[in-house]
Amino acid sequence: MLYDGAKILTGLIIGVLFFIFPFLYDAGKPYKKPEPKLTEKAKKAGECVLSKQFMRTWHMQLLDEWRNDVVRKGIHYYRPREIAREMKLDKRLFDQLRHYISDGTRIYVPKSDKVYYMSLQNTCLDCHSNKKEFCDQCHNYLGVHPYCWNCHIAPEEK
Amino acid sequence: MGVNRREFLKIIGLSALFGIGAKSALQLLAPGELEASVPPLTKEKKIQWAMAIDMKKVDDQLLDKVIEACHKYYNVPKIPGPKELKWIWKEDFEHAFPEQAEGAYVTEEVEKMHFPLLCNHCDNPPCCRVCPTKATFKREDGIVMMDWHRCIGCRFCMAGCPYGSRSFNWGDPRRVMKNKDLRKLNPDFPTNKKFPTRTKGVVEKCIFCYEKVDKGELPVCVETANKIKKGSFIFGNILDPESEIRKVLRKRFALRRKPVLGTGPNIFYLI
Repeated sequence: MLYDGAKILTGLIIGVLFFIFPFLYDAGKPYKKPEPKLTEKAKKAGECVLSKQFMRTWHMQLLDEWRNDVVRKGIHYYRPREIAREMKLDKRLFDQLRHYISDGTRIYVPKSDKVYYMSLQNTCLDCHSNKKEFCDQCHNYLGVHPYCWNCHIAPEEK
Repeated sequence: MGVNRREFLKIIGLSALFGIGAKSALQLLAPGELEASVPPLTKEKKIQWAMAIDMKKVDDQLLDKVIEACHKYYNVPKIPGPKELKWIWKEDFEHAFPEQAEGAYVTEEVEKMHFPLLCNHCDNPPCCRVCPTKATFKREDGIVMMDWHRCIGCRFCMAGCPYGSRSFNWGDPRRVMKNKDLRKLNPDFPTNKKFPTRTKGVVEKCIFCYEKVDKGELPVCVETANKIKKGSFIFGNILDPESEIRKVLRKRFALRRKPVLGTGPNIFYLI
C-alpha cells in the first residue's frame, strides 16, 4: 500500500512532464536546417576569402588569426593566394596549418589574386551585410553566442 | 658520542640561517649595480612615433574640436561624472604639470593655457609591464597599443599609468543609446560605424591611430588640428634626427609630463 499515493503519483507525472516538455514541445515539427543566405554582393563575388567549405568550418580560427595580425602585429592585408603558394613550397608550414585545413590533404588556392583588408566590421560585413540571415542563422541553430557584436558594430538591417 | 636531538636542531637551524643570510649578503655586496628599474622594453628601435603640441598655436576652441574629432572617430561616448571615458582631454598647467607648478610663479600666459593630454606612448610604459594578459603592449613603432579582445578589466594599467590616460568602461558604452539623459549627450552614438565600440569591463585609451599610421596617414587629432591651425600638432619619428618633430624640438623649448618617473613620455608641449 502506498501512503498518499495520489499526491505522489501526480507529483511524479508533473515532474516527468516537466522534464520531457522540450521534446514534446518540438514533437511533430519538421526539422529545420539553418539556411544562411548570401547577399547579391556576396553572390557576385563568387568566392570568399578561402573556400566555402573552409570558411564554413574554420571562419572563427581565420578571424582569430586576422585579429592577431592586425592588432598585435600591425599586418593589415590578407593575401590568400600568396599564402597558398608559400604553403605549397613550405612543407613544414603546411603541416603546422594542416589541423585547420578542411580536407587535410589539399590546399585551397583561390581563383583570384584578391588582397583583403583584414577587418570583420569593414571587410567581412561589407559583403555579408545581412547578419541576421547569414551569421545568425547557424549561430542561433547551434546555440553559440559569439560576443563579436558586443564591440563590433553589426550592419543596419531592415 | 653522537649529537643529541637538541644539538642537531641547533646546527641545522644555524646553517640554514647562515645559508640564507650569505646569499642575500652576496647579492648586496657583490660588485655591479642593483637594479632599481628595468631597462626599456625595446632597446634598439628605429621608429618611435611622437607628437609635439605648439602651445602658442592652440586655443580652447581648437582643442575642443580636436577632442570631438577623436572621440567621434573612436566612438568614445560622453558620460559625465566618475564613469567618464576620455582619450584626449584638456587640463590647466597646474594639473598637467603638478611638480613644475608647485610653488612656481608661472607667467599669466602659461597659467591660462589649457594643455591637451593623452596617452604619452612612453618609451618604458608601466602599463605594459603590469598588464597580466599583455592586452596592452608596445608596438615595434613605439605605439602603446591595446588589444581589447584580451583585456580582462583588472585595471592594473590604470594604477600603473602616472598620466591618467586610461579609462574604464564601468558599463556597456552602448547604454548611452538607451539611457535618456546619456542619449541626449550622444545623439548619434556610435558615431563611426567603421570602428568598434568597446564593451563593459574593458580599459581604453588613445592608440595613436595605429591603423591610420600604418597606412601612412596622420592621427585624427593631428589632422584636425592642422586643418584649423597649421603646425599646431606635429607628429613624427622622434628617433629620426631629420624628422619634422626633431627639427621643431631643436628650436623650441618643450615640456614633457612627469619625465622624472623614467617612463620616457613621447608627447612634447612646446612652450
